[in-house]
Amino acid sequence: MSPPLLVLADASVRFGAVEALCGVNLSLHRGERLALVGANGSGKTTLLRLLHGLVPCSSGARVMQGHGATPTVAMLFQRPFVLSLSVRQNLWVALWLRGLPRAERAARATDALRRVGLEGLAGRPARDLSGGQQQRLALAQAWALRPDLLLLDEPTASLDPSAKREIESLIEAIADEGVTLVMSTHNLGQAKRLAHRVVYLEAGRLVLDLPVAEFFNNALPPVASQFLKGELPWI
Amino acid sequence: MNTVADSFWLAVRLIVDADAALWHIVGLSLRVSGTACVLGTCAGLLLGTWLAVARFRGLGVLVWGLNTLLALPSVVVGLLVYLLLSRAGPLGPLGILFTPTAMVIAQSILVVPLIAALSRRLVLDALRDGGDQLHSMGASPLLAGAILLLHGRFAVLTILLTAFGRAIAEVGAVMIVGGNVDGVTRVMTTAIALETSKGDLPLALALGIVLLGVVGVVNLAVCAVQARSPLARDALV
Repeated sequence: MSPPLLVLADASVRFGAVEALCGVNLSLHRGERLALVGANGSGKTTLLRLLHGLVPCSSGARVMQGHGATPTVAMLFQRPFVLSLSVRQNLWVALWLRGLPRAERAARATDALRRVGLEGLAGRPARDLSGGQQQRLALAQAWALRPDLLLLDEPTASLDPSAKREIESLIEAIADEGVTLVMSTHNLGQAKRLAHRVVYLEAGRLVLDLPVAEFFNNALPPVASQFLKGELPWI
Repeated sequence: MNTVADSFWLAVRLIVDADAALWHIVGLSLRVSGTACVLGTCAGLLLGTWLAVARFRGLGVLVWGLNTLLALPSVVVGLLVYLLLSRAGPLGPLGILFTPTAMVIAQSILVVPLIAALSRRLVLDALRDGGDQLHSMGASPLLAGAILLLHGRFAVLTILLTAFGRAIAEVGAVMIVGGNVDGVTRVMTTAIALETSKGDLPLALALGIVLLGVVGVVNLAVCAVQARSPLARDALV
């Protein structure tokens, strides 16, 4: 087996007195699809931010391993932020920030917009797009970067069922290109459909890390089992 | 009432007759305040963006100081610049006291805190929404701040209009460092102050109406620029 793309070794994250993540051990290999599940406040978003490097470890380590070059990481946020610019200009900014040359920026932007079905809206103000279209634009930005690792923070949380299906099929298409996926979700059906592995977090601790079939079919610890049944009491 | 009506008609006549002295005063006012705003914008936006993204001990004190300077009296700025530029001052050898350059310096100092404080707040609020995403795309904190200024460019334009309004409407600083020299450093506000002290209230009021008109035209020009942009719909509401 090839060496992992990213390793967290006993990683913890503190925000002042609050320990958001505690002693997390996690390895990610190329092409893997990992779903993070857990109650609100269990540390899913913090774990995604740690995997990206947006927050540092307060203890432990985060190690990224590329084949020569540093792996490219892209992240899709729950509520994508679009600049008050056109759809194409939003993409252009994302590519410019990664230092891509002008000609390549144009080619990649056109290709990414075509893939997410927004080529007809390229000149429209991005803030006029619907929630689902803005999420597609965010996916186009991530896709255009050709990432090794794509992090998705509840990518379909506030979308209607048809927009959810569209986004899921786009995520599937990106993953089929060999991109490693890590996705937090409250939608267990989505985790079942898209993931190979499921990680269950509870109060900042990684409690379970199982292949998707085992997670949904085997006997789980009581709290995880309650979560699956939607019976987790309010904390 | 008669004074107000007389002033209004006098203002109209001054404009219609294209009074040369008036237009010289208006031109100088626009040149001085416009240049001061351009300089103040460069310094103010940079300072405001930096204060929004910087994290260091003492930042709170600096922001407190900046916000306090929002109430900086223009006469105090005039006095400080006067002390700097007067013959005995450290910049006395430059010999620019009682010139439009001195007025530009004073007005620049006056508008920097305003632009910096308001743009800092604008960037801070936008960072809350989009900071993480921009950082995840590889933007450094200062670059993210600059992109968010672009994102909020219509709000920035409003900040700049406010700064221009403060600059062109102030009288204390330009009076002290300009000296209100006829044909050289006389701007609209100093002319109004002079005419009032001479008791020529209709002319003073007429100049006031012209001053408001000039600012109104600048505002209209900015609105026209915004209206032409399909991305500015929110900004006009």
